[in-house]
Amino acid sequence: MADFDRESMLEMFIFEMNQLVEQLEQTVVQSETEYNTDQINEIFRIMHTIKGSSAMMMFDEIARVSHVIEDLFYYLREESPQNLDYQSLSDLVLEGADFVKGELVKIQDGDEADGNAGTLTESIRRFLNQLKNDGVEEKPVESVTPSDGSTFVYKAKIMFENGCEMENIRAYTLVHNLLDHAENIRHIPTDVVDEESTEIIRQNGFFVDFESKKPFEEIEKHLLGTVYLQELDLQEVTAAKEEKPAVKEAAEVAVEQVAETPEIPAPPAVAAPVAADTPNIASAGEPGEKKGPAQHVISVNVGKLDALLNLMGELVISEAMVTQNSELDGLQLDSFFKEARQLRKIINNLQETVMSMRMVPLSGTFFKMHRIVRDMCRQLNKDVQLDIIGEETEVDKNIIEHISDPIMHIIRNSIDHGIEMPDTRQQLGKPRKGVVVLQAKHSGSDVLIIVKDDGGGLNRDKIMNKARDQGMLRKPELEYTDKEIYQFIFMAGFSTNTEVTAFSGRGVGMDVVTNNLEIVGGNVLVDSTPGSGSTFTLKIPLTLAIIEGMTIHMAGAKYTIPIASIKRSFKPKLENVFSDPDGNEMITDRGEIYNIVRLYEFFGIDDAITDLEDGILIQIENGDQFICLMVDELIGEQQAVVQSMPKYFNKIRGLSGCTLLGNGDISLIIDVAGLFDK
Amino acid sequence: MTTDMMQLEEDTLKLDAIKDMFFIFEIDSEDYGVEVANVKEIISMPKITKVPQLPAFIEGIINLRGDLIGVLDVRKRFGKIPKEYDEETCIVVIVYNQYTLGLIVDNVKAALTIPAENVAPPPSAKINSYNQFIRNIGKVGDGVKLLLDLERFLEQ
Repeated sequence: MADFDRESMLEMFIFEMNQLVEQLEQTVVQSETEYNTDQINEIFRIMHTIKGSSAMMMFDEIARVSHVIEDLFYYLREESPQNLDYQSLSDLVLEGADFVKGELVKIQDGDEADGNAGTLTESIRRFLNQLKNDGVEEKPVESVTPSDGSTFVYKAKIMFENGCEMENIRAYTLVHNLLDHAENIRHIPTDVVDEESTEIIRQNGFFVDFESKKPFEEIEKHLLGTVYLQELDLQEVTAAKEEKPAVKEAAEVAVEQVAETPEIPAPPAVAAPVAADTPNIASAGEPGEKKGPAQHVISVNVGKLDALLNLMGELVISEAMVTQNSELDGLQLDSFFKEARQLRKIINNLQETVMSMRMVPLSGTFFKMHRIVRDMCRQLNKDVQLDIIGEETEVDKNIIEHISDPIMHIIRNSIDHGIEMPDTRQQLGKPRKGVVVLQAKHSGSDVLIIVKDDGGGLNRDKIMNKARDQGMLRKPELEYTDKEIYQFIFMAGFSTNTEVTAFSGRGVGMDVVTNNLEIVGGNVLVDSTPGSGSTFTLKIPLTLAIIEGMTIHMAGAKYTIPIASIKRSFKPKLENVFSDPDGNEMITDRGEIYNIVRLYEFFGIDDAITDLEDGILIQIENGDQFICLMVDELIGEQQAVVQSMPKYFNKIRGLSGCTLLGNGDISLIIDVAGLFDK
Repeated sequence: MTTDMMQLEEDTLKLDAIKDMFFIFEIDSEDYGVEVANVKEIISMPKITKVPQLPAFIEGIINLRGDLIGVLDVRKRFGKIPKEYDEETCIVVIVYNQYTLGLIVDNVKAALTIPAENVAPPPSAKINSYNQFIRNIGKVGDGVKLLLDLERFLEQ
């Protein structure tokens, strides 16, 4: 195998495996209590692929585990036994999935995949044997070793599935695997390591002659285990043994079955979605739905995508530097500006394309939660159903990495603390089964992720007591609104659950939510109704990299406000402005009343324009709230490549980052949500 | 193996060469030093963008060839009376821990090697209120150089 580029194959392998395991978990979790034929086939197919690929990459322990599970599901598929203990079955399969996942992590970290699944394989075997003993007539399918020591000569023609790629490597693996069972192996094409043989094998098939002491059916069974096998034509040249028609027939059926499955989504490693880490969950989402083999996608290293994005940012800045160059001031350059506009347009399109390449649907992250819900229900003896809405919503890849943990912690919290035990629920007149809804939707330049449960809701008093005990109160107790009190649960070290469970109660977790969201510039809000559940709303930006911004001027400095939050701007008339006794300024505009926030006051800056009529008001939207922000003047619309504030600075309320303008000046990016919370 | 060893030796030599070197700058006619290993470059005063709601000694951010870095006014950090920037004022760009920061100083003098035997901690009687930022005092000829403790200097 050293002849092949093992590194890149390993990368593909890990990617492919992760997808398969994820798909496996979903299938199992979906149908935990009873498997239908489709699902059994699906699991069988997944285990088959896992076995094949891991054997090819020589991860024997993974191959061994997947093999026994495959055997188990082969039996289920063929015999459809009654009174199956689906619960234990699911447990076994998930345990297998966990083992594979664990090994994958090791492989990914460059460690040796040294896990030992001896006990697991043993228990799966025992489970299968028990099934077989229950099913009456079945004779153990143990291989029949030939009694005599005679050698048979076989001839085989192998066709691989269309589009399985790397036919030569697959052929090599096949030969390699045959070594244990056969000798005098000869094959055409003779040099499988050569790239050119790929095409020959694809066209004509792969021919192997060999001698073996094993009987026909065993050799056939072995060869049928080849990954991506489409067709096998195995013949015994010296008919030393008479054919058993029944076996032969069965074998044909088996061949047909294998041949029937090419519509299985082409192996992810080959038909990988755009970005290497963009799990194309569309197929995982609907396991029943088969896809055509021709997916016009390639896999790209994320590093390259990141580099592309950085270059894109530099291009945007340098375009601005050229077209807004101060040396052009006052010049009459009609044609230049016309061409510059065209350039701008192309750059805009380019930028959109680059950004869209980085967009990943949330489905992968969302579907993973099924497993968490399932495990928690088993452990806590609760009954919870997870409903997923809007999983096709896409966000930037960088962001997705940071929101998986927050979502998981919130869901854990909802199930552990929110949803009551089935009996309690019944007494309360609720359905025994609790519901957690996980939903994603767009809202301007943000994505909202909502986790809603129908449990007991947050206990306001309990949280308040805890906050008081821990000295977290910053103002008189009575001044706290419900929402502010609920927000305490995101503080580090806060947990009202006096009992520590495997999932929560240690006070770690919920602060991870806020920490992770802060990194991507998002936030979280909680609302709760006692007795009927709580709603967690995570607001995250669509993308981190480049925003459409309005640059404004105030007290000698420049600020950028995301265009998506701006409704309009206008010169205020003093007769529309009034103040309440607390000094809050307000303005009536088109029949509505808005609060005025003076940006210089908010930031505590002196030398700005203080006369409302000399400044300008910008009406800004955050969710369903509006304010009018007073600034000195507007400068203009500009693309802003967002950079974070220098690490040394503490978080500044009202600012989310900074950006370089076309002329090399720095503009500070306003965090609109920050302006709203006082 | 051998190349590794040689590389290691070379690195050690390089480290040795700059180990006792300090970059000397002036504040209020007093000489201060930072270890050369922490100094990235010296730049003349660029345009500084003020950032609201930060401690007073943090002046703002500057554009250093496309990188946006924070700048600190050393005078203000020392609690001295601020002074107008002039043509001698410049920024010492330092890299410390994960931070890249600019230090605004009155002027820069030179890089000096101060052998370890000429370096001593400040007098233990803490009556001098500026001692908190000084780790050591180096003797050079008749004068002294106050050597900065960046860890404490950068604490907010």
